[in-house]
Amino acid sequence: MIYLDNAATSWPKPPEVVQSMTDFLRHAGGNPGRSGHRLSIEAARVMYDVRESIAELLGAPDPLRIVFTQNVTHAINTALLGILRPGDRVVTTSIEHNAVMRPLRALEKEGIRVTVVPCAPDGSLDPADMEAAVAAGARLVVINHASNVTGTLLPVPEVARIAHRAGALLLVDAAQTAGVVPIDVESSGIDLLAFTGHKGLYGPPGIGGLIIGDRVDVREMEPLLRGGTGSNSEREEQPGDLPDKFESGTPNGPGIAGLGAGIRFVLNQGLDAIRAHEVGLTRMLIEGLSEVPGVHTYGPSDPWRRTAVMSFTVRGRHVSEIGMRLEEEVGILCRVGLHCAPAMHRTLGTFPEGTVRLAPGIFTTAGDIEVALSGIKRVVRG
Amino acid sequence: MNSFGVVLLPTASAAMRAAKVLGSASVRCTLIPTPRELSKDCGLALRFDWAQAERVRALLLGAGVQNAELHCL
Repeated sequence: MIYLDNAATSWPKPPEVVQSMTDFLRHAGGNPGRSGHRLSIEAARVMYDVRESIAELLGAPDPLRIVFTQNVTHAINTALLGILRPGDRVVTTSIEHNAVMRPLRALEKEGIRVTVVPCAPDGSLDPADMEAAVAAGARLVVINHASNVTGTLLPVPEVARIAHRAGALLLVDAAQTAGVVPIDVESSGIDLLAFTGHKGLYGPPGIGGLIIGDRVDVREMEPLLRGGTGSNSEREEQPGDLPDKFESGTPNGPGIAGLGAGIRFVLNQGLDAIRAHEVGLTRMLIEGLSEVPGVHTYGPSDPWRRTAVMSFTVRGRHVSEIGMRLEEEVGILCRVGLHCAPAMHRTLGTFPEGTVRLAPGIFTTAGDIEVALSGIKRVVRG
Repeated sequence: MNSFGVVLLPTASAAMRAAKVLGSASVRCTLIPTPRELSKDCGLALRFDWAQAERVRALLLGAGVQNAELHCL
Protein backbone atom coordinates (compact mmCIF):
# COMPACT_ATOMS: atom_id res chain seq x y z
CA MET A 1 0.00 0.00 0.00
CA ILE A 2 1.24 3.49 -0.86
CA TYR A 3 -0.57 6.23 1.04
CA LEU A 4 -0.76 9.38 -1.08
CA ASP A 5 -3.64 11.16 0.66
CA ASN A 6 -1.73 13.29 3.16
CA ALA A 7 -3.57 16.43 2.03
CA ALA A 8 -6.75 14.87 3.47
CA THR A 9 -5.06 13.60 6.62
CA SER A 10 -1.50 12.49 7.28
CA TRP A 11 -0.82 8.80 7.77
CA PRO A 12 0.84 7.05 9.43
CA LYS A 13 1.20 9.04 12.62
CA PRO A 14 4.56 9.04 14.45
CA PRO A 15 4.51 6.45 17.27
CA GLU A 16 5.11 9.17 19.87
CA VAL A 17 1.78 10.78 18.89
CA VAL A 18 -0.09 7.61 19.78
CA GLN A 19 1.98 7.22 22.96
CA SER A 20 1.32 10.78 24.12
CA MET A 21 -2.44 10.30 23.77
CA THR A 22 -2.33 7.10 25.80
CA ASP A 23 -0.14 8.81 28.41
CA PHE A 24 -2.58 11.71 28.68
CA LEU A 25 -5.51 9.41 29.37
CA ARG A 26 -3.51 7.40 31.88
CA HIS A 27 -1.62 10.11 33.73
CA ALA A 28 -3.25 13.47 33.03
CA GLY A 29 -6.89 12.54 32.76
CA GLY A 30 -8.31 15.44 34.78
CA ASN A 31 -10.40 18.29 33.42
CA PRO A 32 -7.96 21.19 32.87
CA GLY A 33 -8.70 24.39 34.74
CA ARG A 34 -11.77 23.01 36.46
CA SER A 35 -10.37 21.31 39.52
CA GLY A 36 -7.23 21.88 41.54
CA HIS A 37 -6.09 18.29 41.97
CA ARG A 38 -2.98 16.84 40.40
CA LEU A 39 -4.67 15.22 37.39
CA SER A 40 -6.43 18.47 36.51
CA ILE A 41 -3.21 20.44 36.94
CA GLU A 42 -1.28 17.97 34.79
CA ALA A 43 -3.91 18.23 32.04
CA ALA A 44 -3.66 22.03 32.16
CA ARG A 45 0.13 21.80 32.03
CA VAL A 46 0.03 19.57 28.94
CA MET A 47 -2.35 21.99 27.22
CA TYR A 48 -0.19 25.00 28.04
CA ASP A 49 2.99 23.27 26.86
CA VAL A 50 1.31 22.53 23.52
CA ARG A 51 0.32 26.21 23.20
CA GLU A 52 4.01 27.08 23.62
CA SER A 53 5.03 24.49 21.00
CA ILE A 54 2.52 25.94 18.53
CA ALA A 55 3.85 29.43 19.24
CA GLU A 56 7.41 28.22 18.62
CA LEU A 57 6.61 26.45 15.35
CA LEU A 58 4.31 29.08 13.87
CA GLY A 59 5.92 32.26 15.17
CA ALA A 60 3.04 33.32 17.39
CA PRO A 61 4.14 35.88 19.98
CA ASP A 62 1.65 35.00 22.73
CA PRO A 63 0.69 31.39 23.62
CA LEU A 64 -2.42 32.69 25.40
CA ARG A 65 -3.76 34.02 22.09
CA ILE A 66 -3.81 30.51 20.65
CA VAL A 67 -7.31 29.02 20.84
CA PHE A 68 -7.86 25.28 20.49
CA THR A 69 -10.67 24.26 18.13
CA GLN A 70 -11.99 20.98 16.74
CA ASN A 71 -10.30 21.51 13.36
CA VAL A 72 -9.41 24.22 10.88
CA THR A 73 -13.04 24.61 9.75
CA HIS A 74 -14.04 25.40 13.33
CA ALA A 75 -11.16 27.88 13.56
CA ILE A 76 -12.14 29.62 10.31
CA ASN A 77 -15.78 29.82 11.42
CA THR A 78 -14.68 31.23 14.78
CA ALA A 79 -12.82 34.01 12.97
CA LEU A 80 -15.38 34.78 10.25
CA LEU A 81 -18.52 34.66 12.39
CA GLY A 82 -16.73 36.34 15.29
CA ILE A 83 -15.50 39.35 13.35
CA LEU A 84 -17.79 40.06 10.41
CA ARG A 85 -20.97 42.11 10.86
CA PRO A 86 -23.71 43.14 8.40
CA GLY A 87 -22.40 45.88 6.13
CA ASP A 88 -18.79 44.65 6.34
CA ARG A 89 -16.90 43.68 3.22
CA VAL A 90 -14.70 40.59 3.05
CA VAL A 91 -12.28 39.83 0.21
CA THR A 92 -11.13 36.32 -0.63
CA THR A 93 -9.74 34.37 -3.59
CA SER A 94 -10.96 31.84 -6.12
CA ILE A 95 -8.81 29.01 -4.72
CA GLU A 96 -10.57 28.69 -1.37
CA HIS A 97 -11.82 25.51 0.27
CA ASN A 98 -15.48 25.25 1.28
CA ALA A 99 -14.32 25.72 4.90
CA VAL A 100 -14.08 29.39 3.87
CA MET A 101 -16.65 29.63 1.07
CA ARG A 102 -19.61 28.05 2.86
CA PRO A 103 -19.52 30.33 5.92
CA LEU A 104 -18.93 33.31 3.62
CA ARG A 105 -21.92 32.44 1.42
CA ALA A 106 -24.06 32.12 4.56
CA LEU A 107 -22.79 35.47 5.86
CA GLU A 108 -23.57 37.03 2.49
CA LYS A 109 -27.26 36.36 3.17
CA GLU A 110 -26.91 38.37 6.40
CA GLY A 111 -25.68 41.49 4.60
CA ILE A 112 -21.92 40.90 4.45
CA ARG A 113 -20.46 41.76 1.06
CA VAL A 114 -18.16 39.07 -0.37
CA THR A 115 -15.63 39.79 -3.13
CA VAL A 116 -13.76 36.90 -4.73
CA VAL A 117 -10.48 37.80 -6.46
CA PRO A 118 -9.87 35.49 -9.45
CA CYS A 119 -6.61 33.54 -9.50
CA ALA A 120 -4.69 32.30 -12.55
CA PRO A 121 -5.38 28.80 -13.96
CA ASP A 122 -2.44 27.42 -11.94
CA GLY A 123 -3.97 28.88 -8.77
CA SER A 124 -1.51 31.73 -8.37
CA LEU A 125 -2.63 35.17 -7.24
CA ASP A 126 -1.55 38.45 -8.79
CA PRO A 127 -1.15 40.81 -5.80
CA ALA A 128 -2.26 43.71 -8.01
CA ASP A 129 -5.68 42.06 -8.31
CA MET A 130 -5.91 41.80 -4.53
CA GLU A 131 -4.85 45.44 -4.18
CA ALA A 132 -7.57 46.53 -6.59
CA ALA A 133 -10.18 44.45 -4.76
CA VAL A 134 -9.46 45.92 -1.32
CA ALA A 135 -9.13 49.48 -2.61
CA ALA A 136 -12.81 50.05 -1.90
CA GLY A 137 -12.21 49.07 1.73
CA ALA A 138 -12.63 45.78 3.56
CA ARG A 139 -12.96 44.55 7.11
CA LEU A 140 -11.20 41.26 6.42
CA VAL A 141 -9.11 39.52 3.76
CA VAL A 142 -9.20 35.70 3.80
CA ILE A 143 -6.72 33.63 1.82
CA ASN A 144 -5.71 30.03 1.51
CA HIS A 145 -1.99 29.71 2.23
CA ALA A 146 -1.88 26.78 -0.20
CA SER A 147 -4.56 25.18 -2.34
CA ASN A 148 -5.60 21.70 -1.28
CA VAL A 149 -6.05 20.82 -4.96
CA THR A 150 -2.76 21.96 -6.53
CA GLY A 151 -0.64 23.02 -3.56
CA THR A 152 -0.24 26.50 -5.08
CA LEU A 153 1.19 28.85 -2.44
CA LEU A 154 -0.17 32.37 -2.12
CA PRO A 155 2.11 35.31 -1.18
CA VAL A 156 1.03 35.80 2.43
CA PRO A 157 3.36 38.67 3.51
CA GLU A 158 2.51 40.67 0.38
CA VAL A 159 -1.23 40.16 0.87
CA ALA A 160 -0.83 41.14 4.54
CA ARG A 161 0.76 44.46 3.53
CA ILE A 162 -2.03 45.06 1.01
CA ALA A 163 -4.74 44.21 3.55
CA HIS A 164 -3.24 46.40 6.26
CA ARG A 165 -2.84 49.37 3.89
CA ALA A 166 -6.58 49.09 3.25
CA GLY A 167 -7.33 48.87 6.97
CA ALA A 168 -8.32 45.20 6.78
CA LEU A 169 -7.28 42.25 8.93
CA LEU A 170 -5.79 39.14 7.30
CA LEU A 171 -7.07 35.62 8.05
CA VAL A 172 -4.93 32.78 6.63
CA ASP A 173 -6.20 29.23 6.15
CA ALA A 174 -3.09 27.16 6.88
CA ALA A 175 -4.77 23.74 6.64
CA GLN A 176 -2.25 22.59 4.02
CA THR A 177 0.84 24.43 5.21
CA ALA A 178 1.23 24.24 9.01
CA GLY A 179 4.15 21.87 9.57
CA VAL A 180 4.94 21.78 5.86
CA VAL A 181 6.03 25.32 4.93
CA PRO A 182 7.78 27.75 7.30
CA ILE A 183 5.22 30.13 8.84
CA ASP A 184 5.91 33.12 11.05
CA VAL A 185 2.65 34.71 12.11
CA GLU A 186 4.25 37.81 13.58
CA SER A 187 6.78 38.73 10.89
CA SER A 188 4.39 37.81 8.04
CA GLY A 189 1.73 40.21 9.30
CA ILE A 190 -0.88 37.49 9.75
CA ASP A 191 -3.70 38.64 12.05
CA LEU A 192 -5.52 35.31 12.32
CA LEU A 193 -4.09 31.91 11.40
CA ALA A 194 -6.38 28.89 11.29
CA PHE A 195 -4.69 25.49 11.36
CA THR A 196 -5.54 21.84 11.78
CA GLY A 197 -3.64 19.27 13.79
CA HIS A 198 -4.11 16.14 11.70
CA LYS A 199 -2.31 17.00 8.47
CA GLY A 200 1.22 18.46 8.37
CA LEU A 201 1.41 18.62 12.17
CA TYR A 202 0.96 14.81 12.35
CA GLY A 203 -1.50 14.94 15.25
CA PRO A 204 -4.83 13.11 15.47
CA PRO A 205 -8.12 14.27 13.91
CA GLY A 206 -10.39 16.41 16.06
CA ILE A 207 -7.95 19.12 17.07
CA GLY A 208 -7.01 22.41 15.46
CA GLY A 209 -6.56 25.99 16.46
CA LEU A 210 -6.80 29.69 15.77
CA ILE A 211 -3.90 32.06 16.44
CA ILE A 212 -5.17 35.58 17.14
CA GLY A 213 -2.73 38.42 16.55
CA ASP A 214 -2.60 41.57 18.61
CA ARG A 215 -4.18 43.74 15.89
CA VAL A 216 -7.44 41.86 16.48
CA ASP A 217 -9.58 43.50 19.15
CA VAL A 218 -10.97 40.40 20.87
CA ARG A 219 -13.44 42.52 22.84
CA GLU A 220 -15.25 43.04 19.53
CA MET A 221 -15.02 39.38 18.51
CA GLU A 222 -17.98 37.17 19.42
CA PRO A 223 -17.40 33.51 20.35
CA LEU A 224 -19.15 30.74 18.41
CA LEU A 225 -19.93 28.89 21.64
CA ARG A 226 -20.50 30.03 25.19
CA GLY A 227 -20.30 27.92 28.32
CA GLY A 228 -18.12 26.66 31.14
CA THR A 229 -14.46 27.57 31.03
CA GLY A 230 -13.35 26.95 34.61
CA SER A 231 -12.71 30.68 34.98
CA ASN A 232 -14.93 33.51 36.27
CA SER A 233 -17.41 30.87 37.38
CA GLU A 234 -19.35 33.32 39.56
CA ARG A 235 -20.58 35.10 36.43
CA GLU A 236 -23.21 33.90 33.98
CA GLU A 237 -21.66 35.95 31.19
CA GLN A 238 -18.85 34.64 28.99
CA PRO A 239 -15.39 35.71 30.24
CA GLY A 240 -13.38 38.01 27.98
CA ASP A 241 -9.93 36.62 28.73
CA LEU A 242 -8.05 34.57 26.17
CA PRO A 243 -7.99 31.72 25.47
CA ASP A 244 -11.07 30.98 27.60
CA LYS A 245 -13.42 33.30 25.70
CA PHE A 246 -13.25 30.94 22.71
CA GLU A 247 -12.73 27.61 24.51
CA SER A 248 -16.02 26.76 26.22
CA GLY A 249 -16.57 23.18 27.31
CA THR A 250 -14.15 20.40 28.16
CA PRO A 251 -11.27 20.44 25.67
CA ASN A 252 -10.00 17.49 23.64
CA GLY A 253 -7.13 16.70 26.02
CA PRO A 254 -5.85 13.53 24.30
CA GLY A 255 -6.06 15.29 20.94
CA ILE A 256 -4.08 18.25 22.25
CA ALA A 257 -1.46 15.91 23.74
CA GLY A 258 -1.20 14.11 20.38
CA LEU A 259 -0.91 17.44 18.57
CA GLY A 260 1.92 18.43 20.90
CA ALA A 261 3.80 15.23 20.11
CA GLY A 262 3.20 15.80 16.39
CA ILE A 263 4.62 19.32 16.60
CA ARG A 264 7.68 18.06 18.48
CA PHE A 265 8.11 15.45 15.72
CA VAL A 266 8.04 18.25 13.12
CA LEU A 267 10.48 20.38 15.13
CA ASN A 268 12.84 17.41 15.55
CA GLN A 269 12.70 16.53 11.85
CA GLY A 270 13.25 20.19 10.98
CA LEU A 271 10.87 22.15 8.78
CA ASP A 272 13.56 22.77 6.16
CA ALA A 273 14.28 19.04 5.90
CA ILE A 274 10.57 18.20 5.63
CA ARG A 275 10.11 20.85 2.97
CA ALA A 276 13.14 19.69 0.97
CA HIS A 277 11.95 16.06 1.11
CA GLU A 278 8.45 16.95 -0.08
CA VAL A 279 9.70 19.28 -2.80
CA GLY A 280 11.87 16.43 -4.09
CA LEU A 281 8.87 14.08 -4.24
CA THR A 282 6.74 16.76 -5.91
CA ARG A 283 9.43 17.32 -8.54
CA MET A 284 9.42 13.58 -9.27
CA LEU A 285 5.64 13.68 -9.73
CA ILE A 286 5.72 16.77 -11.96
CA GLU A 287 8.44 15.34 -14.20
CA GLY A 288 7.11 11.77 -14.18
CA LEU A 289 3.51 12.65 -14.97
CA SER A 290 4.57 15.03 -17.77
CA GLU A 291 5.93 11.98 -19.64
CA VAL A 292 2.62 10.08 -19.58
CA PRO A 293 0.58 10.60 -22.78
CA GLY A 294 -2.95 11.86 -22.12
CA VAL A 295 -2.18 13.10 -18.59
CA HIS A 296 -2.74 16.75 -17.77
CA THR A 297 -1.27 18.12 -14.52
CA TYR A 298 -2.31 21.25 -12.63
CA GLY A 299 -0.51 23.82 -10.54
CA PRO A 300 2.88 25.56 -10.79
CA SER A 301 5.69 23.70 -12.56
CA ASP A 302 8.18 24.89 -9.90
CA PRO A 303 7.81 22.56 -6.87
CA TRP A 304 9.03 25.32 -4.53
CA ARG A 305 5.92 27.36 -5.42
CA ARG A 306 3.59 24.64 -4.12
CA THR A 307 3.10 22.07 -1.39
CA ALA A 308 3.34 18.33 -2.06
CA VAL A 309 -0.07 18.09 -3.71
CA MET A 310 -0.37 17.00 -7.34
CA SER A 311 -3.64 16.98 -9.25
CA PHE A 312 -4.03 15.40 -12.67
CA THR A 313 -6.65 14.28 -15.14
CA VAL A 314 -6.50 11.74 -17.96
CA ARG A 315 -7.98 12.62 -21.33
CA GLY A 316 -11.22 10.75 -21.97
CA ARG A 317 -11.28 8.99 -18.58
CA HIS A 318 -13.25 9.61 -15.41
CA VAL A 319 -11.18 10.44 -12.33
CA SER A 320 -13.22 7.97 -10.28
CA GLU A 321 -12.15 5.11 -12.57
CA ILE A 322 -8.48 6.15 -12.33
CA GLY A 323 -8.65 6.41 -8.53
CA MET A 324 -10.34 3.03 -8.14
CA ARG A 325 -7.85 1.27 -10.41
CA LEU A 326 -4.88 2.92 -8.72
CA GLU A 327 -5.99 1.38 -5.45
CA GLU A 328 -7.00 -2.02 -6.83
CA GLU A 329 -4.11 -2.55 -9.25
CA VAL A 330 -1.24 -0.53 -7.75
CA GLY A 331 -2.17 -0.13 -4.08
CA ILE A 332 -2.17 3.67 -4.22
CA LEU A 333 -4.55 5.40 -1.82
CA CYS A 334 -5.43 8.85 -3.14
CA ARG A 335 -8.44 11.14 -3.46
CA VAL A 336 -10.46 11.96 -6.56
CA GLY A 337 -13.21 14.50 -7.23
CA LEU A 338 -13.66 18.10 -6.10
CA HIS A 339 -11.79 17.94 -2.77
CA CYS A 340 -14.41 20.21 -1.10
CA ALA A 341 -13.06 23.06 -3.24
CA PRO A 342 -15.45 23.77 -6.12
CA ALA A 343 -14.12 27.32 -6.42
CA MET A 344 -10.61 26.03 -7.10
CA HIS A 345 -11.85 23.51 -9.65
CA ARG A 346 -13.71 26.29 -11.49
CA THR A 347 -10.43 28.22 -11.51
CA LEU A 348 -8.57 25.21 -12.92
CA GLY A 349 -11.32 24.41 -15.44
CA THR A 350 -11.87 20.97 -13.88
CA PHE A 351 -15.37 21.56 -12.47
CA PRO A 352 -17.51 19.44 -12.00
CA GLU A 353 -15.45 16.30 -12.82
CA GLY A 354 -12.54 17.17 -10.53
CA THR A 355 -9.08 15.64 -10.53
CA VAL A 356 -7.04 12.74 -9.20
CA ARG A 357 -4.97 14.08 -6.31
CA LEU A 358 -1.69 12.59 -5.10
CA ALA A 359 -0.37 13.97 -1.81
CA PRO A 360 2.85 12.48 -0.43
CA GLY A 361 4.09 13.20 3.08
CA ILE A 362 7.14 12.86 5.28
CA PHE A 363 6.88 9.06 5.35
CA THR A 364 6.60 8.75 1.54
CA THR A 365 9.83 7.61 -0.12
CA ALA A 366 11.24 8.25 -3.59
CA GLY A 367 10.75 4.52 -4.18
CA ASP A 368 7.03 4.91 -3.42
CA ILE A 369 6.78 7.66 -6.04
CA GLU A 370 8.62 5.52 -8.61
CA VAL A 371 6.18 2.65 -8.01
CA ALA A 372 3.25 5.09 -8.20
CA LEU A 373 4.43 6.61 -11.48
CA SER A 374 4.93 3.27 -13.13
CA GLY A 375 1.51 2.14 -11.88
CA ILE A 376 -0.14 5.31 -13.20
CA LYS A 377 1.44 4.70 -16.61
CA ARG A 378 -0.05 1.18 -16.68
CA VAL A 379 -3.51 2.33 -15.61
CA VAL A 380 -3.53 5.21 -18.10
CA ARG A 381 -2.49 2.95 -20.99
CA GLY A 382 -5.52 0.73 -20.71
CA MET B 1 0.05 28.18 59.91
CA ASN B 2 2.37 30.85 58.51
CA SER B 3 0.96 33.32 56.04
CA PHE B 4 1.54 32.65 52.38
CA GLY B 5 1.00 34.43 49.12
CA VAL B 6 -1.48 33.59 46.40
CA VAL B 7 -1.41 34.78 42.78
CA LEU B 8 -4.84 34.94 41.17
CA LEU B 9 -4.94 34.82 37.39
CA PRO B 10 -7.82 35.08 34.93
CA THR B 11 -7.38 31.65 33.31
CA ALA B 12 -5.78 28.28 33.99
CA SER B 13 -3.55 28.91 30.97
CA ALA B 14 -2.33 32.14 32.53
CA ALA B 15 -1.68 30.28 35.79
CA MET B 16 0.45 27.75 33.88
CA ARG B 17 2.39 30.52 32.22
CA ALA B 18 2.97 32.25 35.56
CA ALA B 19 4.12 28.98 37.15
CA LYS B 20 6.66 28.55 34.34
CA VAL B 21 7.92 32.11 34.73
CA LEU B 22 8.41 31.72 38.48
CA GLY B 23 9.83 28.21 38.17
CA SER B 24 12.43 29.29 35.63
CA ALA B 25 13.51 32.02 38.09
CA SER B 26 13.80 29.38 40.86
CA VAL B 27 10.93 30.87 42.87
CA ARG B 28 9.17 28.03 44.65
CA CYS B 29 5.46 27.98 43.92
CA THR B 30 2.62 25.46 43.87
CA LEU B 31 -0.52 25.31 41.77
CA ILE B 32 -3.56 25.11 44.06
CA PRO B 33 -7.34 25.37 43.70
CA THR B 34 -8.31 29.03 43.95
CA PRO B 35 -8.96 29.79 47.67
CA ARG B 36 -12.68 30.42 48.13
CA GLU B 37 -12.07 33.45 50.32
CA LEU B 38 -10.40 35.17 47.36
CA SER B 39 -12.65 34.18 44.51
CA LYS B 40 -15.66 32.03 43.65
CA ASP B 41 -13.67 30.94 40.61
CA CYS B 42 -13.24 27.18 40.21
CA GLY B 43 -9.85 27.53 38.55
CA LEU B 44 -6.23 27.40 39.58
CA ALA B 45 -4.07 29.79 41.58
CA LEU B 46 -0.39 29.90 42.57
CA ARG B 47 0.78 29.62 46.15
CA PHE B 48 4.17 31.09 47.09
CA ASP B 49 6.16 32.39 50.05
CA TRP B 50 4.83 35.89 50.78
CA ALA B 51 8.35 37.04 51.60
CA GLN B 52 8.99 36.75 47.83
CA ALA B 53 6.02 38.95 46.92
CA GLU B 54 7.95 41.84 45.39
CA ARG B 55 10.12 39.47 43.35
CA VAL B 56 7.06 37.53 42.17
CA ARG B 57 5.32 40.76 41.17
CA ALA B 58 8.38 41.95 39.24
CA LEU B 59 8.92 38.64 37.48
CA LEU B 60 5.32 38.37 36.33
CA LEU B 61 5.27 41.98 35.15
CA GLY B 62 8.57 41.49 33.35
CA ALA B 63 7.25 38.41 31.55
CA GLY B 64 4.10 40.19 30.42
CA VAL B 65 1.75 38.10 32.56
CA GLN B 66 -1.29 40.35 32.71
CA ASN B 67 -3.98 40.79 35.37
CA ALA B 68 -2.11 38.90 38.08
CA GLU B 69 -3.42 39.71 41.56
CA LEU B 70 -1.21 39.03 44.59
CA HIS B 71 -2.88 38.29 47.95
CA CYS B 72 -1.50 37.44 51.39
CA LEU B 73 -3.37 34.73 53.33
